[in-house]
Amino acid sequence: MPSSTPESATEPLDRVPGLPSPPGTHAAPVSIWRRVLRNRAVMVGGLILMVMLLIALLAPWLGTVDPTEIDAASRNRKPGAEITLTGADGESREHTAWFGTDNLGRDLYSRVLYGTRVSLTVGFTVSVIAISIGLVIGLVAGFARRLDGPVMRLMDGLMAIPGILLAIALVAVWGGGLTTVILAIVVPDVPRVVRLVRSVVLSVREEPYVEAAISVGAPTIMLLMRHVLPNTLAPLIVQGTFLCASAMLSEAALSFLGMGIPPEIPSWGNIIAEGRSLFRIHPHNIFYPGLFLALTVLAVNVLGDGLRDTLDPKMSRRL
Amino acid sequence: MQARFTRFIAALALAGLSGLSGLVQAQTLKVVMHSDIKVLDPLVSSQYIVRNHGHMVWDQLVAFDEKNEVRPQMASRWTVSPDKLVYTFVLRDGLEWHDGTPVTSEDCIASIKRFVQRDPSGLRLAPSIAGFDAVDAKTFRLKLKEPYALVLETLAKPSLSPMLIMPKRVAESPASEPIGPEKVIGSGPFIFKADEWKPGEKVVYVRNPKYKPRSEPPSGFAGGKVAMVERIEWLAIPDAQTAVSALTRGEVDMVEIVPTDLLPLVEKDKAISVLPFSSGQYFGRMNWAFPPFDNVKVRQAAMVALNQEQILKGVIGDPRYYKVCKSMYFCGSQLATDAGSAGFYQGDAKRAQQMLKDAGYDGTPVVIPYPTDLPTLAPLGPLAKQQLERAGFKVQLAPMDWQSMGPRLRKKEKAADGGWSFFMSFYDARDALDPIGRTVLNTNCKTSFLGWPCDDKFEFLRDAYARADTPEAKRDIARQVQERNTEVGVFVPLGEARFVGAMNRKLEYTFKAPITVFWGLKKS
Amino acid sequence: MLSFVLRRVLAVIPVLLIVAVLVFGLLRMVPGDPAAVIAGDAATNEQVRDIRERLGLEKPIPVQFAIWLGRLVQGDLGQSFFFKKPVADLIAQRFEPTLALGVCALVLAVSVAVPLGVLAAFRQGSWVDRLVMGLSVMGFSLPLFVLGYLLVYIFAVELEWLPVQGYARIAEGFWPFIERLILPSVALSVGYIALIARITRTSVLEVLNEDYIRTARAKGLTDREVLVRHALRNAAVPILTIIGIGLAVLIGGAVVTESVFAIPGLGRLTVEAVLSRDFPVIQALILLFSCGYLLVNLLIDIGYAFLDPRIRY
Repeated sequence: MPSSTPESATEPLDRVPGLPSPPGTHAAPVSIWRRVLRNRAVMVGGLILMVMLLIALLAPWLGTVDPTEIDAASRNRKPGAEITLTGADGESREHTAWFGTDNLGRDLYSRVLYGTRVSLTVGFTVSVIAISIGLVIGLVAGFARRLDGPVMRLMDGLMAIPGILLAIALVAVWGGGLTTVILAIVVPDVPRVVRLVRSVVLSVREEPYVEAAISVGAPTIMLLMRHVLPNTLAPLIVQGTFLCASAMLSEAALSFLGMGIPPEIPSWGNIIAEGRSLFRIHPHNIFYPGLFLALTVLAVNVLGDGLRDTLDPKMSRRL
Repeated sequence: MQARFTRFIAALALAGLSGLSGLVQAQTLKVVMHSDIKVLDPLVSSQYIVRNHGHMVWDQLVAFDEKNEVRPQMASRWTVSPDKLVYTFVLRDGLEWHDGTPVTSEDCIASIKRFVQRDPSGLRLAPSIAGFDAVDAKTFRLKLKEPYALVLETLAKPSLSPMLIMPKRVAESPASEPIGPEKVIGSGPFIFKADEWKPGEKVVYVRNPKYKPRSEPPSGFAGGKVAMVERIEWLAIPDAQTAVSALTRGEVDMVEIVPTDLLPLVEKDKAISVLPFSSGQYFGRMNWAFPPFDNVKVRQAAMVALNQEQILKGVIGDPRYYKVCKSMYFCGSQLATDAGSAGFYQGDAKRAQQMLKDAGYDGTPVVIPYPTDLPTLAPLGPLAKQQLERAGFKVQLAPMDWQSMGPRLRKKEKAADGGWSFFMSFYDARDALDPIGRTVLNTNCKTSFLGWPCDDKFEFLRDAYARADTPEAKRDIARQVQERNTEVGVFVPLGEARFVGAMNRKLEYTFKAPITVFWGLKKS
Repeated sequence: MLSFVLRRVLAVIPVLLIVAVLVFGLLRMVPGDPAAVIAGDAATNEQVRDIRERLGLEKPIPVQFAIWLGRLVQGDLGQSFFFKKPVADLIAQRFEPTLALGVCALVLAVSVAVPLGVLAAFRQGSWVDRLVMGLSVMGFSLPLFVLGYLLVYIFAVELEWLPVQGYARIAEGFWPFIERLILPSVALSVGYIALIARITRTSVLEVLNEDYIRTARAKGLTDREVLVRHALRNAAVPILTIIGIGLAVLIGGAVVTESVFAIPGLGRLTVEAVLSRDFPVIQALILLFSCGYLLVNLLIDIGYAFLDPRIRY
């Protein structure tokens, strides 16, 4: 769900996620990344994510069939069943349904594997878009004193509406579909990013060397590039991973409520939604996509933990 | 001595009877109906749940029995004048509304007037009506301008929309809007408890102690409607799985419709009996107003491409509960026929491909809105898509929730601008019996809707049906209607399905219920 | 102190106004027409237009907003487009289940998570700590509805210990009320527990690493005394914070939970209202939720002021 991210703990206190270190004492970039890669959480999470990514990319060659191919004669088969698919031209072929079939005879294994694409796309896209929009707005709010008040009030207003309700309402307005679902999940997530970025900007501005630079007349752009952005990078990356995880869960919840991605595009969320009415007889409809979803979200969360521990140790002390 | 003994026995008997009735009266029935109720007005809503609600609370003037013959219900008798222009109805004695006021002929007249403004069968009757006369409180006359063969059948209409008798002040509400909860006052066997209605949670009905059932046994919608339980709660449980689990655990007494896939859960349970509750006819409807289905040859190609067997298998699954039926009229009913449908609805992809080529199909996508939240309709979308695509159509599905279907279907625009090309739904068997009761069969170029078909010959035949006065004539015309249908593509029958419900064995119907009614149902 | 409270209360009002504008505007952009849904399939376009008039949908949007706001301030939430019942009635009817569910989940979450977090902090690095951390990550990775169905399957269907669904009002008896809330509360609280346990652990750890704790230990205070006298008080602020923020999670989760367990609460009402374009209900509900959320966070802010005199901004 949006807002389940641990770092939201920092917002209302408006505390700085991590004080920027004075210039000259920055650790050399190379060793940071090595530290990152060596962290166990990053390794585990990253590995699982890699596997999922490979599955998403290589889905057509992993023993799958067309995930939308309906075969009324093969409905509701148990995992491991042999089914005969009758193609468009009347010819039939044998296929083993590793995960069973759903209530329209579609091969669950294929659907789950193709579903990886949707979930990863949703997660990644929501994360990138939310971070980008939030970054821009946060920078504006932090730098332009006069816009700060109204912008933050607007963000407060958005945050006050529970994320999923806002997403449902947005999907109702824009209709279903991949783009609208992504946007509907992005909107409630933006305020959190804005707060994060803004607090970084505010704290950086109060640093003595920045005050000095301002008094000397340094252009805002330079301040941005040299001081603000590098300090937002780490917390944003970490927040990005958590946004990704929560976006995947949000998409699943929206599909479960019937307001997500339309079922022609298999996503783990809508596979579960379609299978829920047969839960007791054919639990595999829920079990397999549920497993993949939980595993992927777990991987992303673990990765985020690891990134946070290595990239931003001060922040990790808060969490 | 004997007198005292008799009195003693009488007192005992009375005590026993009241004790028994006390037992009966202490019963509450918890039922999960197939959907929740939002609108309470059976004339304004076309949802079956509202129709069922209608039959709980209101009663009919005349009604169909199980042999499909019209019998008196609230009326005690009627007479028809020799020139067939005047129908005189006499009401039974002692009929009362739930608020205690008596039922009068003014109420009947107002109810009929409201009905003919809205219902398709009623609209067909309306032009023939010259007027009404309230002769006295119990007697009224319906006067026609010219003879109309189906007056009684129209007044006995049980489904979509049912012809129910409402109090005058309720019936005088505009027919364009549903009535509110405070106006749900009827003279039927159950009383709607507006104060206990929790929308989205439950609807409560209690037995009407003042209801006077007829003395004959119940048959179809006619006869004596005896309420044998004291209180009925319709619970809203949208998840079928949860509802069935609640049934097997005894938390509810009846689930009106159990999806066929879940039947194995209840079939083995010794405490549960499975009942066929209703049958339905799936159908499709093409949009004549815009491409690609503005071309009759393209329409025919679609009808050839669709495959009833596959659709039924996909939606229902278990062959015990579906039947391929190429007739527009429910198979097994009086008018059912195969005329004109040879070669159609079989999924003949090759032939359809050729027909499309001959028709000059230019690739305009067929847009199919379908409801993802109704398990009885949701699979139809993908099934139809695959079948049409295999015939060479380009298809786009437009998934949405059921409530949004209505407004979408009403949009008379090109599919690309928010309109539609094809949609599917179903009719209860009782509504699929003739060429005139269904709104979708209206092909009057000016007044047809939801697809806007326009065919003078089809409409002419429907009129002829309404005026035909012998069963043979009716059958012949009905056959011609169906033949015309496959020539022009007004209605695409997609097969029949039996909807099955399950109930606790403590419940028992004392007669063969026509739809899910709650009279004649007892709980031990 | 009083001025602080007053200032915080006043700050809430403009936010609520913004919420109101956002929601109102959003709904008016909705393509589905509630009048068409009410009128039914066989209605003519004139009949639909009549209904739109009656519902006030034909007026310009700012006018509609002003009317709605005016009525709102007088306490009139309007009438549902569909049910022809006052919105206030609908909300009142569904309020108890959601409140009960939320409170149970909250109580459960806090009473399980805080001790777990504390335990993990005191035993940092041990298997207990790793277990708690591991479980908590899994806790907020598992989709709520999957967990819900799993619980139903194990406890209600297979073991038959608890009912499958539904809600019994507390007026109908305490035990039926509680037993129906157990599974949904557990499902709902899992994500919340995961979150709170983590924050608790981290905050307590931070406090434990402070110098004054070392002093306290050097003075001979036992673990328990350290915990009670120092750690909890100082760690309370972030814990309270996360409880407040997590409320939004709880509300979102309630929507899904109510759907799985057939609980007739506000969450389900919102989904139904959105699907049927019942504008007055949607507006009132979102405003209500936002209000609740802001109120809770307001109370927490005030709580900070008590706990930590340094925070008086």
